[in-house]
Amino acid sequence: MAVGKVTFTKVEREKLAEVLCLLNWISVVTGTILFGLGLFLRVEIQKWQEVMSEQGILYVPHMLITTGLAACCINFFGGKICLDCADTNKFLRWKLVMMPYIICTFFFTSCILAGALMCYGIRSQMEESLFMGLRNAMRYYKDTDTPGRCNLKRTVDLLQIQFQCCGNTGYRDWFQIQWISSRYLDMSSSAVVDRMRSNVEGKYLMDGVPFSCCSTFSPWPCIQHHLSTSSTQDEQSRQLNLWRRGCRQALLDHYTGIMQSIGLTVLLIWLFELLVLTGVRYLQTAMENVLRLGDPESESDGWFLENSLAETARSNFNIIKNLGKCYQVDDDPNINVPTAAAEEELPSQQSWTAEVMSCSKDAFDSG
Amino acid sequence: MVVMKMKFPFQKRVKLAQGLWLLSWCATVAGATTFTLGCILKTELRRRAEVMDNQDIHIVPNTLMIVGLASLGINYFASKICQDALDAGRFPRWKNFLKPYFAVSCFFTVLMLLAVIMSYAMKGSLESSLKAGLRNGIRFYKDTDTPGRCFQKQNIDRLQMEFQCCGNNDFRDWFEVQWISNRYLDFSSKEVKDRIKSNVDGRYLVDGVPFSCCNPSSPRPCIQYQLTNNSAHYNYDYQTEELNIYLRGCREALVNYYMGLMNTIGAGVLSIFLLQGSVLVSLRLLQTAMEAVAGKENTEIETEGYLLEKGVKETIMEYLDPVLKFFLLKNQVEEGSAAATTAATPTPT
Repeated sequence: MAVGKVTFTKVEREKLAEVLCLLNWISVVTGTILFGLGLFLRVEIQKWQEVMSEQGILYVPHMLITTGLAACCINFFGGKICLDCADTNKFLRWKLVMMPYIICTFFFTSCILAGALMCYGIRSQMEESLFMGLRNAMRYYKDTDTPGRCNLKRTVDLLQIQFQCCGNTGYRDWFQIQWISSRYLDMSSSAVVDRMRSNVEGKYLMDGVPFSCCSTFSPWPCIQHHLSTSSTQDEQSRQLNLWRRGCRQALLDHYTGIMQSIGLTVLLIWLFELLVLTGVRYLQTAMENVLRLGDPESESDGWFLENSLAETARSNFNIIKNLGKCYQVDDDPNINVPTAAAEEELPSQQSWTAEVMSCSKDAFDSG
Repeated sequence: MVVMKMKFPFQKRVKLAQGLWLLSWCATVAGATTFTLGCILKTELRRRAEVMDNQDIHIVPNTLMIVGLASLGINYFASKICQDALDAGRFPRWKNFLKPYFAVSCFFTVLMLLAVIMSYAMKGSLESSLKAGLRNGIRFYKDTDTPGRCFQKQNIDRLQMEFQCCGNNDFRDWFEVQWISNRYLDFSSKEVKDRIKSNVDGRYLVDGVPFSCCNPSSPRPCIQYQLTNNSAHYNYDYQTEELNIYLRGCREALVNYYMGLMNTIGAGVLSIFLLQGSVLVSLRLLQTAMEAVAGKENTEIETEGYLLEKGVKETIMEYLDPVLKFFLLKNQVEEGSAAATTAATPTPT
């Protein structure tokens, strides 16, 4: 009992082939779009890679780039095949390639779906990565003379200015780290020494923030230092002075927005590819049935699966199971079956042939 | 004396018409490009309109937009004319249209060239406009509670951060202006009172700059206040310190930006001017070549085409005569009446 059986006349088959050819060319364009989206995402992530602690997030854009390229190649190939499929003579050329082509397309279509789901699922990993990355970046803010970290100050300042954020969770994160390098602290001053002594780890902590936390929307000149003891403004107005959002939240929102749009586009592309795949499958089965019937002008059936889903699954499973065993020998009269005399002459090979015989018998029985 | 006389056999005329048709469509696209470039320039100028004192510089993008729209019309008609040119039956209906058409087209083409020249010539005007605008912006920086000026602080801060500049000429402009509003000064503090008293106008002047002047590339946290006092900060020498704040003035930064933009646009418009000029020249040659064919039985004869029948000066006078006559007409009437009165006056004596 075939799954999804549809009858096609000759005219319908030719039309299907033409439509599929066009859809395949459109799929090449969508494949390019996919590639472009992957590239765009990679560039966006690379811009702020210094404040991310792990680079594993890059596998999402890489996946999109690879599937995009694969889509272009496979659909270009598919377009050529479908163009030939309208004619039964030309179809014979592609007959053996069709099944592997469909399996390949099915595989890469599921890769597209995986890519789309990854875009949505990466949020928690990104949050973790940003938390650790920002914490380290703020810790190394003052190390502008250490190789490998000399650009972190500039990156964090530009980040805070561009995304209008301050600190990891909020501006108070800056109170817990020493962000002024010891090179610029006057160690002979008693105020400095007292402050460093009052701290367990000997760090120069202050209730101040870098200039990049200053808000441009604030109506007064920025108060960056003595934030806890400022007497001229109350708490609420002081908060207006600096950016209120934490940079982790700001970056997370930015990337989540981008990846949700990309994920949606990729899902739409996946649905389109699925449509194309279904069409190609129907075309393949219809053309094969035409060849089986022998008459190119007749009607033929096209289907999704020849037998029901359970039977197809079972037969495929058996094929895979038997691949593991040794070679199958058919009941072919042309094969040389060794006689008893031959068995006596070659006693060393006896056990081997016996094994072959039993092995093939088993396979034949179960298959 | 005929200007640029050329012989045109039939095949050459046909090729000229075909080439001209293609060229006129290219020129239509180029006209649309000119309009777009004008829009882009106008948008960029309007973005920073708060730091410009006058809008004189807007004449450049306005001219470009007008010329762009005009050239769309000019090239549309050019393509229609050259389509009809080879058809002896349809060409005569354009006869009366062509003279004013060429006059208008030449005018707008010359206007295109003028726009490019203006974009270079108006650098001084732009600079003085920015100088006055920035001076006001810095002066009203603290007036965030005055209606009409409440966004000056935000604009100046964003400008300094985006263009990586500080002040008008340089950062010292901030020393001469009170940029901290009185609302945020603690008048009970002795330091504040001393500083205000030491100044003639009673202003609170500091040798400090706003936070937007800070350079993120500096290796040390930004020093905004007591900039000229080396002893106020550890290991600091304001004369050798280059990375702490932006040293460039905002006027210079903005002028460079806009001149760069206008140079790029000017180069594009110049090439479009050459394209448009070649369209008009080809159309004129085609027109004169086809006019010689008119009325003849054999349309495939060789004819001559020329650019101007008379010399340049004579042609200009020919075009200007109707215009001058319109103005001179009044003078002629006055002369006539003056002559009549002078003729009338001697008779009584």
